[in-house]
Amino acid sequence: MTPPTTQALTDEARRDLLSTMVLIRTYEEAIRAAYYADKKPAFDIGAGLVPGEMHLSAGQEPVAAGVCAHLTAEDAITATHRPHHLAIAHGVALRPMTAEIFGRETGLGRGRGGHMHLFDPSTHFSCSGIIAEGFPPALGQAYAFQRQSGSHVAVGVTGEGAANQGAFHESLNLAALWQLPVVFVVEDNDWGISVPRSASTSVASNADRAVAYGMPGVRVEDNSVEGVYAAAGEAIARARSGGGPTLIEVHTLRLWGHFEGDAEGYRPELKSVPEQDPIPIYRDQLLASGALEDGQYQGMQKIAGEQVEDAINFAKNSPTPDPLDHLSYVFSEGAHS
Amino acid sequence: MTSTLSNKQSLVLAVEPQAGRRKLSTAKAMQEAISQRMARDESVFVMGEDVGAYGGIFSSTTGLLDRFGPERIRDTPISESAFIGLGIGAAVEGMRPIVELMFADFFGVCMDQIYNHMAKIHYESGGNVRVPMVLMMAAGGGYSDGAQHSQCLWGTFAHLPGMKVVVPSNPYDAKGLMTAAIESDDPVVFVFHKGVMGLGWMAKNDRSVGAVPEDEYVVPIGKARVAREGTDVTIVTISLSVHHSLDVAEKLASEGISVEVIDLRSLVPLDRETIVRSVSKTGRLIVVDEDYQSFGLSGEVIAVVAEHDPTLLKRVSRVCVPDVPIPYAHELEYAVLPTPARIEAAVRDAVAK
Repeated sequence: MTPPTTQALTDEARRDLLSTMVLIRTYEEAIRAAYYADKKPAFDIGAGLVPGEMHLSAGQEPVAAGVCAHLTAEDAITATHRPHHLAIAHGVALRPMTAEIFGRETGLGRGRGGHMHLFDPSTHFSCSGIIAEGFPPALGQAYAFQRQSGSHVAVGVTGEGAANQGAFHESLNLAALWQLPVVFVVEDNDWGISVPRSASTSVASNADRAVAYGMPGVRVEDNSVEGVYAAAGEAIARARSGGGPTLIEVHTLRLWGHFEGDAEGYRPELKSVPEQDPIPIYRDQLLASGALEDGQYQGMQKIAGEQVEDAINFAKNSPTPDPLDHLSYVFSEGAHS
Repeated sequence: MTSTLSNKQSLVLAVEPQAGRRKLSTAKAMQEAISQRMARDESVFVMGEDVGAYGGIFSSTTGLLDRFGPERIRDTPISESAFIGLGIGAAVEGMRPIVELMFADFFGVCMDQIYNHMAKIHYESGGNVRVPMVLMMAAGGGYSDGAQHSQCLWGTFAHLPGMKVVVPSNPYDAKGLMTAAIESDDPVVFVFHKGVMGLGWMAKNDRSVGAVPEDEYVVPIGKARVAREGTDVTIVTISLSVHHSLDVAEKLASEGISVEVIDLRSLVPLDRETIVRSVSKTGRLIVVDEDYQSFGLSGEVIAVVAEHDPTLLKRVSRVCVPDVPIPYAHELEYAVLPTPARIEAAVRDAVAK
């Protein structure tokens, strides 16, 4: 299928999409700065205020903004090891999310989870660090919504590398078989860490795989936020009204490395990547069309900067977990046996 | 994330009531526990391969489809990652799924959902997300089903934090533990040995049929049972091996050898207190386990005692499956299983020294 034509978007809706993308980028830049701040001169992955692997989503903002514009906090979303853009666009509160990334007691998981394991029950948001394994729980959330006779949907998000995993295919079959209110979104950023898509995937478009499961499949090219918005809008509306699942693949962009510290020596096209940055492209498009006026973009950046600074300060000023409390939360009533 | 379906009445259930006189097989006892809970709680549903019209390959769900219909007793495709993960997501949203993995041996195709998701979400979320789900599975050998359909593997689940691991040996415990498992707000792996189910189509111990109260009740998870009191030797065991151990204990009683048999009933939590109390009395410990010997339950139980007080142990030994795949040929399989003959030899050896 070709992507549906963009639904009529008001200028305000366009600015909202841009503003979500700006907030995400501002956040990722701040996390990146905090991540490296105390890892100099020698890079030690386990050192500093923000230790561990850090997978940032710069460049993939159009996916999050375009999909989540159709969701409410009652809808579920399962994200990947690269989850921040989806969490932010879905409305996860920045303060506890950031505190979790900083490993603080005030974090979403009280410092037990970390940046790949963010769980926010209030927005039905979760993510998993294991490739493709966020799809099966999304089925279950969709199943519960279906049983509860509501119109809520679940959205499962993976990268293109995940489309070669068993859980991906099992999930598509089961979702179509049971007509679950779920939408599958594949973020094709061309790279599975260092392996290019051409070396991992037998089909030109993962959306083609949808036909094998009897569901619509759509590929959105050019990292277009309005393209994502249109495709996701149609898919989510179908899921809400009992029409079953859809598979959407978005050709997006990994602006930075797989994780921070990745020198990307394997990436020949690296020099041209900044030119593909979706945010200035969309900004200029809106300026040209008159949807955005001079100064409005700077206003978005300013508001985003304040929100992000507040969240980072909250995290930094929050207490670290008590080491004596390391056994808590294995089970719901406390440490086992 | 509270389910609007969750309309369970707050019942205070009896804890380990008198067994009464009505007898059921372990399979029927499990079915009854599921059925009674489903009748009062719309959020409970059963899902798995052949749990519907077939009634579960080992009869864990017989009759449930007729009573509750295909929406709540759902056959699945052979897609364990997808349907176990589906259970997890549904549990996160407030439902109480009972998911069957047909054989414990099949965890290889879906372990990520089990140990990286089902078992870890509560911890990773700092206690903010609960996964109240039962993952039940058949285990065990003795009927020549070969190396991929005869394993117990409960020690593997118990090794990984975040899941309770329940392994009933008899109908009474099976019903009470299943009720407790459904009631639990934590993920519970419920492992039933095929040889304790009371199936008409494989050899079974007489104890696979026993007295079971009709009303709902719970057997608390994490509490071992002294299945037989004794003074000379402690056998710590689980599941079908409990029956073999009791048979051996009865036989040796006539020779004046007094064997205490501890049925652990669950690996997680492990009732360390009951183990230590018994060995404090007997000074001799034999662990009987149909799971593989090394790096598992048997070593753990011995470590519990050794860490508590190594001087308690006058004698210690294990009767487990040696570290080989379960063989197909009957003669070979029974050479590796913890048979009554091997248990008896271990007891005689323990009291001889």
